[in-house]
Amino acid sequence: MRPIKTPRAFRNDPAPSRWSYRFMRVMLSPVLRRMVFFGIPAAICVGTGAIYFSDLDRRDAISAAVQDMYRSVIERPEFMVKVIAIHGASPALDMDIREVMPVELPVSQFDLDLQEIYGAITELDPVAEARIHVKQGGTLKIDVVERVPAYLWRNGDSLEVLDASGSFVRFAVSRVDYPDLPLIVGQGADKQIAQARTLLAAARPIADRIRGLSYVGQRRWDVVLKNDQTILLPEKNPVQAFERVLVLDQTQDLLSRNISAIDMRLAQRPTLRLAQPTELDLLNTTQKSAETNDQ
Amino acid sequence: MSELYESQRAMRAMRKAAMQRGVIAILDLGSSKVGCLILRFDGMEHITDPDGVTSLAGQSGFRVIGSATTRSRGIEFGEISSMVEAERAIRTALQSAQRLANVRVDHVIACFSGGAPRSYGLTGQIDVENQMVSEQDIAQVLASCDVPDYGIGREVLHAQPVNFALDHRSGLLDPRGQIGQRLSTDMHMLTVDQKVIHDLAYCVKRCDLELAGVASSPYVAGLASLVEDEQELGAACIDMGGGTTSISIFMKKHMIFADTVCLGGDHVTRDISMGLQVPFATAERIKTRNGGLMATGMDDRDMIEVGGETGDWEHDRRTVSRTELIGIMRPRVEEILEEVRARLDAAGFDHLPSQQIVLTGGASQVPGMDTLASRILGQQVRLGRPLRIHRLPQAYSGPSCSALVGLSLFGASPQDEWWDFEMPLERYGQKSLRRALRWFKENW
Repeated sequence: MRPIKTPRAFRNDPAPSRWSYRFMRVMLSPVLRRMVFFGIPAAICVGTGAIYFSDLDRRDAISAAVQDMYRSVIERPEFMVKVIAIHGASPALDMDIREVMPVELPVSQFDLDLQEIYGAITELDPVAEARIHVKQGGTLKIDVVERVPAYLWRNGDSLEVLDASGSFVRFAVSRVDYPDLPLIVGQGADKQIAQARTLLAAARPIADRIRGLSYVGQRRWDVVLKNDQTILLPEKNPVQAFERVLVLDQTQDLLSRNISAIDMRLAQRPTLRLAQPTELDLLNTTQKSAETNDQ
Repeated sequence: MSELYESQRAMRAMRKAAMQRGVIAILDLGSSKVGCLILRFDGMEHITDPDGVTSLAGQSGFRVIGSATTRSRGIEFGEISSMVEAERAIRTALQSAQRLANVRVDHVIACFSGGAPRSYGLTGQIDVENQMVSEQDIAQVLASCDVPDYGIGREVLHAQPVNFALDHRSGLLDPRGQIGQRLSTDMHMLTVDQKVIHDLAYCVKRCDLELAGVASSPYVAGLASLVEDEQELGAACIDMGGGTTSISIFMKKHMIFADTVCLGGDHVTRDISMGLQVPFATAERIKTRNGGLMATGMDDRDMIEVGGETGDWEHDRRTVSRTELIGIMRPRVEEILEEVRARLDAAGFDHLPSQQIVLTGGASQVPGMDTLASRILGQQVRLGRPLRIHRLPQAYSGPSCSALVGLSLFGASPQDEWWDFEMPLERYGQKSLRRALRWFKENW
């Protein structure tokens, strides 16, 4: 049977129905368009995400999974550091470095905090410089430059070894452990180690007679010689004053005389302090006075 | 008249609002097709050259972002004959144009050719108030035009001042600021049947749109297809549409006359359909593919398959010679052109300094139309195509779309209708505060 009504699909009418026309116009309005194509999808995405992540267990699970994945990548054997190689350190320092190392081996390269390791190593007193590399094949290479002991400093009760720049290297038990190091005494002497070096350099002609340098009152140096002679140097130009003494010694054999102190503190008026005369001296003196009396 | 004035001013305000929003729809309600363009106004910045002159001489601050045409339904002789059908046609065109533009339009400017347009020449004259012609004087002189009795049930569609005269100087386009005693104006007024405008407004409203302007299609077709010097020196544009052939005469860049002949291409098709005993669609196809107006020597041997689907072999295999076809088409086209000639003569077209005639519209595409037209209308006949406007699709650049393009130009360009000028003070009525404000504004 033929249907009485023509179905809509077969009607040959290009015109949109009133409602489809209106619907299209509504959908073309800018606010609604933005809402439908951006606002609602965005709200759905954000909402689902928020609901999903509002559960603490899920958040933990996700972060744990992420962490696992991260660890599985960074802990591949290619990235692991297994050995520490230390170059340029004495055995004692080597031990020390291994002790202070803030990491436990084996460790991943990504977990290494080279800055922290560097800090820990350079905090050690004998270390002057350190360079740290992670080498291929899982080696942490540490190049250390040790401080070279240059002076022995008696500071109050303690005996310290200093390097050329005056930095502390280690404590010494006795003077005998470092017989070749010059001895320096006096509080604050480590700050003025450069002056001490120039003085010692100037004292090379009488190096065998020098017992040590004494920093007096944190302002000037005394040079102490082996036969209890003291050369008191001024605050200013101590080296010049010391060289004058050396010249006097060369020309007039000053230091081999019976003098306990040469006071150079006033440049215009160098002063000598005689030592207590020995018995022989007294004898000589009395003989001479007797001869003069006889005449 | 004042009621119309108000409604036109309201439409003008709406058009301004639409321009502000940047999107407006252009709707040409023709008897054979309904066309729709969607224009976007971006301002002039992107096409204005720093040097000043641009492509299209900067006359288009808009571009076409959507376009559609559909077969016309429910429109006969340029008038809406079936509201429901016409509404569907408008909906179809608008929806596909909107889909193309991907933007929603709320304001539409429409044009139609029907409604028996009738032209009137009006004159008005006033004494200039303070020596110098001000905007208010122009408003006064426009308001002083003595409006003829154009009959009940008619409405003014266009009322444009075409000429101003100050004392003895005539031919002024813009007398503002000039010094003189007596200001007079000539105004061209076009009236159409009220019913046609009301039907159109109702249809547009049923489509949830707002009518932001109405224009007569002879006017807009002239705007699109006459070049500038033709508009300046005097020319007639003949828009040969499906149901109507509309005539507009331009002079000094103003339309001075418009008329419509209710004969068009559809009548030719109908003649073919009756003469060859074929359906209307077949007749249309034969007309557009094989039609012609001028006989040639080989027409007798040029046999045209008529075709058909009746199942009767003899009937479906008929052929006609081109001579027969020309014999059917030519008398009808001659009739149309003679009718046009009569209207032009009645309008005094032969007194114009230049008598250029431009044929446009879909029916002007019949081969031989220019030759035939020059025999009937005079020697200066050419076939016109609409101006190019920015981003107009190629398919819309033919003569059948000149009203559509012209309406875009009409909607986009500043207009010089009577209601686009300043309102005369009397119309403000009792709004004395506004008058006082005006007085302040003018004096300080």
